[in-house]
Amino acid sequence: METQLHGGFGQGLVKGLSVTLRTMLHRSVTVQYPHVRPDLPARSRGVIALKQENCTVCYKCSRECPDWCIYIDAHKETHEPAGGGRARSAKILDRFAIDYALCMYCGICVEACPFDALFWSREFDYAEYDIHELTHEKERLEEWTYTVLPPPPLEVGAEAPEEASA
Amino acid sequence: MIGDSSVFDTLVGGYWIPLVMKAAAVLIVFLVVPLAVGYMEHKVLAHMQARLGPMEAGAFHGWAQLVADGVKFIQKEDVVPTAADPGVFSLAPAVVLIPYIVTLVAIPFGPRLYALDLDVGVFFVLAMSSVGVIGILMAGWASANKFSLIGALRAAAQLIAYELPLVLVAAAVVMQAGSMSLLQITEAQSRYWNIVYPWQLVGFVIFMMAAVAELTRPPFDMPIADSEIIFGAYTEYTGLKFAFFLLSEYGGIVVMSAVASVLYLGGYQPLPGLAIIPGFLWMFGKIFALSFVIIWLRATFPRLREDQLQRFAWVGLTPLALALILVTSVYKVGV
Repeated sequence: METQLHGGFGQGLVKGLSVTLRTMLHRSVTVQYPHVRPDLPARSRGVIALKQENCTVCYKCSRECPDWCIYIDAHKETHEPAGGGRARSAKILDRFAIDYALCMYCGICVEACPFDALFWSREFDYAEYDIHELTHEKERLEEWTYTVLPPPPLEVGAEAPEEASA
Repeated sequence: MIGDSSVFDTLVGGYWIPLVMKAAAVLIVFLVVPLAVGYMEHKVLAHMQARLGPMEAGAFHGWAQLVADGVKFIQKEDVVPTAADPGVFSLAPAVVLIPYIVTLVAIPFGPRLYALDLDVGVFFVLAMSSVGVIGILMAGWASANKFSLIGALRAAAQLIAYELPLVLVAAAVVMQAGSMSLLQITEAQSRYWNIVYPWQLVGFVIFMMAAVAELTRPPFDMPIADSEIIFGAYTEYTGLKFAFFLLSEYGGIVVMSAVASVLYLGGYQPLPGLAIIPGFLWMFGKIFALSFVIIWLRATFPRLREDQLQRFAWVGLTPLALALILVTSVYKVGV
């Protein structure tokens, strides 16, 4: 009875049928993942990668991490300058590991890193059979940096990034 | 009368050999066509929801998905609840399944391609397709589960409500054809299919709605409403017994589509000018087309409420079906 208020009787039923029929005739957008790799956007948050060269062992990332999933070990080395004078000290990174069983992909470490050592990578299929194997060491994290894509071009009229003006 | 002009009888003489051949043919059709309809449901439902459905089993678009499901069901543990009545509980799936196989015996797939030409074909088919509800009642009662019992009683109430319009519109077809034999009804449509008569078109719509209700398919699936009563009478079933219930659902779709094709779409009669295509292909084409419509309804409409369903049958469909009989008899007497 209510259907008569907006249009003829049974109009809603026909409309519903036409929606499902049209959906059926359209091509599905499903990507058959193991057979076809999905083409994810350049800034997809798949996994966090580490560029070791840029890391100064400042521990900012591990301290900012909300669930303490970043492990960093380092030692200090001193170098005597060739021309004499006070010995210079440097921190050497021994271990950098992220426990992806704990990581919640908040990306705070990437934001906190002052020297662009941490990046988001598109890689997402690094499942393991044992939860302990989800703690990935710096070598694996370094490999993921190879898959980091350059940032997509800015939209027309967008402000220039801070780094460009600095 | 046993239809002794069927292809099975003319090919080989005698009584037993044609009988075995008929039984084998019916069984093969019953095991193959419902699986094809089940696969169609997987794919059509998926595409209507912008998905792909099964894609892996059998390498090509998941054609072997239902075979794989069958193998899985066979492997599963056969659980009988402690409080259940084991005999009735185990018998119920067979009581639901077998009537649909028996129904298929009376359906003609070609002028000479049928197992049995019964004088009371329509009566037999409709009576047989209603036996299944006894199995559902048995399943619901024997499960010793409140959800099963609610589902079974809903199924029984629904069957009683929708059997009436179903039989009444079928009676209108019988009046128009002047015979209850499904073969005769098909032959009577050699010039015009029943669906071209406006009142029979209404009858066809009523028949399909009542058939969907009788099969307890969405949007009339209160007896198995999974969001209210888990899975109705099938709640406690596992493994092969559960698979039997599923098979009987798809078998039921095939049987009901076949009956609707015979009653309204001219059965194996071709469209004018397309008589080159053999009759059994027309019949199967019509069965699959109507099965598609039943699946389409499932993909589109939400479930009705129990009281809405009963009201729809008693206040809507049944008086309409009675009026239909009146119109048909006026046509039959007047023209």
